[in-house]
Amino acid sequence: MLELLQGLGHWTLSGLRRLGRANIFMLYVLGGIPLCVRRFRLVITQLFAVGVLSILIIFVSGLFVGMVLGLQGYNTLVDFGAEESLGVLVALSLVRELGPVVSALLFAGRAGSALTAEIGLMKATEQLSAMEMMAVDPLHRVIAPRLLAGIIAMPLLAAIFSAVGVFGGYLVGVGMLGVDDGAFWSQMQSSVEFREDILNGVIKSLVFGVTVTWIAVFEGYDTLPTSEGIGRATTRTVVNSSLAVLAFDFILTALMFNK
Amino acid sequence: MVEYRKIEILVGAFVFAGLLALTILAMKVSNLTDFGGGDGYEVKAKFDNIGGLKVRAPVKMAGVQIGRVAEIGFDNKTFQAVAVMKIDRKFNAIPKDTAAKIYTAGLLGEQYIALEPGGDEESLKDGDSIVLTSNAVVLEQVISQFLYSKAAGDDKSGS
Repeated sequence: MLELLQGLGHWTLSGLRRLGRANIFMLYVLGGIPLCVRRFRLVITQLFAVGVLSILIIFVSGLFVGMVLGLQGYNTLVDFGAEESLGVLVALSLVRELGPVVSALLFAGRAGSALTAEIGLMKATEQLSAMEMMAVDPLHRVIAPRLLAGIIAMPLLAAIFSAVGVFGGYLVGVGMLGVDDGAFWSQMQSSVEFREDILNGVIKSLVFGVTVTWIAVFEGYDTLPTSEGIGRATTRTVVNSSLAVLAFDFILTALMFNK
Repeated sequence: MVEYRKIEILVGAFVFAGLLALTILAMKVSNLTDFGGGDGYEVKAKFDNIGGLKVRAPVKMAGVQIGRVAEIGFDNKTFQAVAVMKIDRKFNAIPKDTAAKIYTAGLLGEQYIALEPGGDEESLKDGDSIVLTSNAVVLEQVISQFLYSKAAGDDKSGS
């Protein structure tokens, strides 16, 4: 009985300790942001790694999610004779929910895991310690550019996802199923608000970008410097950041769209 | 250095694609282009019952959208609903004795305010009120009236 209590206490305390470490870590990394702005070259290299290399998966999944939404939405809407509203359905679900959330989940898998593995390996091979020996702060030189790049890349990827998805819905709805071209766009435009829907979607993806990249770089930095530790840290990045994205999505949706 | 230049070009293309996607979303998908900004004048109208009218519902004249409902309030003295309409600057010659009615688009669609022009020489200005209003049709009322009159008709024919 006492062991059980002790186990629970140990679990809680170590969780809290990790949370505290993550916050102190973030504070130090934020101190490195001015350096990144002065030497923007560091950020651009990272933008290439997390942004450009993620475009293909974002593009393809956006297209297919949009096309599936078009097909499924049409089948439901046609029962009510409301297939002209297909554009509204596709655009609203993409811009408000699926764009930010699905691209954040893909981003966690594609870029977050790579970040964790890269930083973890740097730690395991003592590159980070070597930097400290040369009086270069690895938090400023290595972590901060990656964090900034992730925060910049995420909203752009989500916007690409939504735009491509709407195009996919258009291809299936208008091209394949014969929904009227004009009604598709005009109903969409009269129902989608710029501030309410699109800006809130961008804010969501910005929050997800901070969350996913923060978790990824922290897990990498906090890993046990062994090959097994790096593997575990990479798994934790994907699992934790996906859960965090879904949880934040619920909170943000409740705050934004709850009228 | 050639390698870095390639990276820069690709990152530039990526940022450009992202911003382009945002612009497409703003222009093509959302209604940023029409009736979005504050360019217009406000006109008030009091209704006994606005039914399901919502903020940002369209204001139409002859079926053409000329503005949006900016605000819905409640008058504590007359117990009426106050709808503030924002009408686009282009439509600045609407007569002062225009009537406002609340209609429904389709049988169960969204509700909108329809303006029917009067014959006054003067036109509505910012802050003016529309006096002639008629209420939203509440479906339950129509049904109950119909049932009541039908029941009354049945009684007459029965006796």
